[in-house]
Amino acid sequence: MSDAPEPDRVIVSRREALEVGAGIAVAGLAVPAEAQAPAAPPARSIGPGTTLPLSTRINGRPVSIDIEARTSLLDLLRERLRLTGTKKGCDHGQCGACTVHVDGRRVASCLTLAAKAEGREVVTIEGISDGETLHPMQQAFIDQDALQCGYCTPGQIMAGIACVREGHAGSRAEIREFMGGNICRCGAYVGIVAAIEQAATQMRRS
Amino acid sequence: MRQLTYVRAETIDEAIAAHGRAGAQARYIAGGTTLYDLMKLGIEQPAHLIDIADIQGSERIDTNGDRLFFGAGARMADVAEDRVVRRDYPVLAESLAKAASQQLRNMASVGGNLLQRTRCPYFRNGAGGVYPCNKREPGTGCAAIGGLDRGQAVLGISESCTAVSPGDWPVALTALDAEILLSGPAGPRSVPVADFYLLPGGTPHLEFAIRPGEIVTGIAVPKTDAGRRSTYHKIRDRETYAFALASAAIALSMDGDRVRRAHVALGGVATRPWRARETEALLEGQRLTRERALAAGRAAFAGARPGTHNGFKVELGARTIADAVMIAAERNA
Ligand SMILES: Cc1cc2nc3c(=O)[nH]c(=O)nc-3n(C[C@H](O)[C@H](O)[C@H](O)COP(=O)(O)OP(=O)(O)OC[C@H]3O[C@@H](n4cnc5c(N)ncnc54)[C@H](O)[C@@H]3O)c2cc1C
Ligand code: SF4
Ligand code: FES
Ligand code: FES
Repeated sequence: MSDAPEPDRVIVSRREALEVGAGIAVAGLAVPAEAQAPAAPPARSIGPGTTLPLSTRINGRPVSIDIEARTSLLDLLRERLRLTGTKKGCDHGQCGACTVHVDGRRVASCLTLAAKAEGREVVTIEGISDGETLHPMQQAFIDQDALQCGYCTPGQIMAGIACVREGHAGSRAEIREFMGGNICRCGAYVGIVAAIEQAATQMRRS
Repeated sequence: MRQLTYVRAETIDEAIAAHGRAGAQARYIAGGTTLYDLMKLGIEQPAHLIDIADIQGSERIDTNGDRLFFGAGARMADVAEDRVVRRDYPVLAESLAKAASQQLRNMASVGGNLLQRTRCPYFRNGAGGVYPCNKREPGTGCAAIGGLDRGQAVLGISESCTAVSPGDWPVALTALDAEILLSGPAGPRSVPVADFYLLPGGTPHLEFAIRPGEIVTGIAVPKTDAGRRSTYHKIRDRETYAFALASAAIALSMDGDRVRRAHVALGGVATRPWRARETEALLEGQRLTRERALAAGRAAFAGARPGTHNGFKVELGARTIADAVMIAAERNA
């Protein structure tokens, strides 16, 4: 990461960001007045340009920011918006650490052009808890000891939530198949499958 | 990565016009799971991206006509989960469900899937790397020949290139005689999938029978009762989320317990989606036994030319066909 100041950067420490929960890092920066309108306009047309004015919603908040056309959604989240919960493992679609939801579907943010977020709804790991109350999937990962180093965990949790919502958490075998895109180098797989089973029961109830 | 422009197209005509204006350095981008990946490796270096993922109606799936129709923009995940496709053409659904991961299947289009590039590690080593590659830089040589060739093709290879055609969906489409529907500056046309993929020969950098500026608009698959007795069987180094070492797309029409018509295509072992006519001929008119299926599978590899580390693909490929034939035969039509 360079030390050069970025005009639109607001430093939020990792701890602060974690404590205040969803959205604050986004809300604090680069959101010009017109974006404070209740909903981001469904501005579907974008470009042409080497830099682009992007309007999107991230974790429920409107975000307007100028981006490089070549930048990835992952780099936009981490490097510009300081939403560093989403991790970069491989940067080539091979590990799942960068999983986020776009319009409710899980995608690899490293292979998603940031420009594709125009007019869409992006949800990251920072956006899933309800204030102090953890998402059932987060709680299940704690209960089931579904991590060691934790690097793959945000991606696992985002993929796990989608896996349940898609209806692909019907059995352990199905969970393993549909979570195949998330690699855990610590090998916490047994706990991960158990956590998704636990959360699936709770998510179906609520 | 070089600087580039991006624009989102809303209609096919708009996309073709934008491509024409932008010239030779332009590329369409759908999911980006091949293109953006290769841009990060410096292998693709477009100056202009025309995003076609949001073209209105491009994601249409229509199973009601006399042919199945898949809009080029349909996501792999959506075709894999389509109820009719799963029930009547499991070979198509399975070829998609067993590819990549759910994240990637949510992004990737079935049109872009046709045009994915090889996973040959020497190719992917990237521009400016130490390994020559005729596909990346024509005329420089092929590092895979005589190199670490465990993953390379044994069928359809040339002195210039042994790279495997990586896709699963194109293999299933090949078995079912699909047509690729295209549109371009000179208007629409269609190409049988059998003619869409080029053998490497002396020009491995030429891979697809698509013309500059042309866009894949859809894929049409003739309906067949063989669809119900079909499967896509994929053997990999790990159980999921890996490219095929060997795969077989099989669809069978039966007369009682005899095979009337067999559709057989192979993946993971050849430089293009590989139709196995020899296997089909040996199965047709026969009662199925495991021995017959294996003999028919072996026939597909009569012309195989393994390198140093990939000889196992010959027997693996034959057994993959045999297993797949028996799986397909057990499905209720
Ligand atoms: C980690 C990983 C694992 C994978 N595993 C598998 C696997 O097991 N099996 C498998 O089959 N695939 C696999 N894939 C490949 C994946 O399926 C393809 O990358 C994907 O299908 C490409 O579709 P896309 O929409 O993302 O194409 P893009 O990357 O957007 O485009 C690919 C190419 O096609 C062109 N293009 C796209 N759409 C059109 C169109 N409509 N008309 C004309 N040109 C077009 C683009 O210009 C580009 O050259 C894997 C990919 C990754 C990254
Ligand atoms: S096999 Fe083909 S793609 Fe691989 S290094 Fe040789 S020329 Fe390049
Ligand atoms: S960082 Fe995106 S899949 Fe690995
Ligand atoms: S917990 Fe360490 S990589 Fe998964």
